[in-house]
Amino acid sequence: MLSLAGISAGYGSFQVLFDVSLEVPRGEAVGVIGPNGAGKTTLMRVISGLVQLQTGGISLEGRRIERLPPHRIVEQGIAHVPENRRLFSRLSVEDNLRIGAYMPRARQDCAKQLERVYDLFSRLKDRRQQLAGTLSGGEQQMCAIGRALMSNPKLLLMDEPSAGLAPLVVAQVFDLVHRIRSDGLTVLIVEQNVQQVLDVVDRAYLLEVGKIKLAGTSAELKGNDFIRKSYMGL
Amino acid sequence: MDIYLLEAILNGILLGGVLALLALGLNLIFGVIDVVWIAYADLVMCGMYLIYYLYAEFNWPFLLACVAAIAFVGVLGILVHVMIIAPILGTAPINQLLATGGLLFFLQSFATLLFGTDFRNIGVRLPIIRFDSIYISSARLLAFTVAVAGAVALYFFLKRTFVGTAIRAIAQDRDIVGLMGVDQRHIYLVTSAIGGALAGLAACLLILQYDVHPFIGNTFGPLIFMICVLGGLGDMIGGFVAAFLMSQIIAIGGYYFSTELSYVFAFTFFIVLMFLRPHGVLSR
Repeated sequence: MLSLAGISAGYGSFQVLFDVSLEVPRGEAVGVIGPNGAGKTTLMRVISGLVQLQTGGISLEGRRIERLPPHRIVEQGIAHVPENRRLFSRLSVEDNLRIGAYMPRARQDCAKQLERVYDLFSRLKDRRQQLAGTLSGGEQQMCAIGRALMSNPKLLLMDEPSAGLAPLVVAQVFDLVHRIRSDGLTVLIVEQNVQQVLDVVDRAYLLEVGKIKLAGTSAELKGNDFIRKSYMGL
Repeated sequence: MDIYLLEAILNGILLGGVLALLALGLNLIFGVIDVVWIAYADLVMCGMYLIYYLYAEFNWPFLLACVAAIAFVGVLGILVHVMIIAPILGTAPINQLLATGGLLFFLQSFATLLFGTDFRNIGVRLPIIRFDSIYISSARLLAFTVAVAGAVALYFFLKRTFVGTAIRAIAQDRDIVGLMGVDQRHIYLVTSAIGGALAGLAACLLILQYDVHPFIGNTFGPLIFMICVLGGLGDMIGGFVAAFLMSQIIAIGGYYFSTELSYVFAFTFFIVLMFLRPHGVLSR
C-alpha cells in the first residue's frame, strides 16, 4: 500500500536518512524500531510531507506522493499521530478532534466520525468540553490518535505512541493499536519499546543511524540474537 | 455619583468598543501569522477615504459605502499579506516590522499625494441622545454596539466553524496543522482578510465621529498597539479587556484634568503595567 524507495532526507546539510526503502502492505501493521536519533521521527515526517526528501520516491497505492504538501497527503488517506502527541492544549478535546476532520471530504462525516472515536475512547466523550492540556498523558495520546482517525484514513502513522506514559497506560495504547488494526486500518508505527511493539505488528524494520539494518516478520525479529541482545536486554 | 463623571465613564466605555475591535484584528493577525501590522491604523484611514468618496462625492447610500469599505480593506489585508508579509515570512521578525512600518509611510504619503492634507468630513451629524441629564453621542453608541456585535460575530466564527477552529489551532502550533489537512497559506489569507475587514468596519464607525485626513492613523494607531501589548500580544480577550481599561483611563482622566493629561496617565499606566505584568493584564 505504502512503499518507500531509496529515501534520503535531512535538515539542511545534516543528513538523517540514507537510502531507506520499506513496504507497508494493506491491512498489516508494520513497525520501525531503533534507538534514539536513528531517524525514526524524520522518516515519519518525510512520509507526511513535513520534511522534504532529497532523493527517492514514496507511493501510496501506486500514486506518487513525495512532492505533495502535508495537507494534500492527508487527503490521500494518510493520517499522522505526531511525536509527543502535539495536541492543541488550549482547545477543547472536541475541537482537537473536529480539526482532524478539517479537509472538505471529511467535514460532512464529522459527526459520524466523532461518534466512532467516542465509541473507541469513552473517556474522551466524558471530557469533550475540557481543554486538551488538562488531560492525563494516556488520555492525551488517545485524543491524538482520535484526532488522526477523524479524517477516516487508510493508513495511520504513529510516532512513539508509548513515549512518556506509565507502563499500564502503554499496555492500553498497544491494545488500542490492536483494536484499530482489526477495523482493517493499515498501521505504520515507530517505537523504542521494542518488546511490546513486536507483539502488535506483523513485520518490522530496524533503523540505525539512518539506515535499515534488519527487516523481517515480528517472529523473526523476536528470535534475532542481535535484537534480543541490543534491544530487549535478553 | 457625579453626573458628569458618569457621563465620562459611559463615553469611555463607548470609546473602548472601537479600540477593542481594532485590537482584536491586530491580535488575530499576530496570534495566527506571528506578524505585527504596524500600518494597521492606516488601513482604517484607507477605508475612511473610500467611504468619504463613495458617500460624499459619488452619493452612494451610506450603508452600501460601508459594505464596500469593509470588502475593500479586507482585500487590502490580503494584498498586505501576499505582497509584503508572505515573501519574508520565514525571516527575522524585525524585517516584517520594518516592511509594514514602511507601508505606514507609503500609505500616509500616498494619501497625501492623492487627497492633500485637508480634513474631510462626510457631513453626517447623528443626534445627541439625552438620558436625564446625561448626554451621549449616538454616533459613539452606534460605534460601540456595532463594534461589540462584530467582536461577537468573530467569536462565533472562531468557535463554531472549521476554518475558525483551524485559526485557533494554528495560533498554538503552526507546524503540525498540515497533518490535519489544514493548508497554512489558506488560513493566513483568511486571517489577513478578516483582519482587514475588521479595520474596514472600524473605518465605517470612525468616519461618523472624526474627519479623515492622511495622518489620522497616527491618532489611534499607537494607542491600539499599546492596548494589544497591555493585553498580551495575541491574547484576544486580554486585548479586549485592555481596550476598556485604557479608554476608561482616558475618559476619567479627561474629566478630572484634561484630555492631554489623560493620555499622559494612560501611557504612564502602560509603562508601569509593563513592569508589573509584562505578558499582559490577564497573564497567569
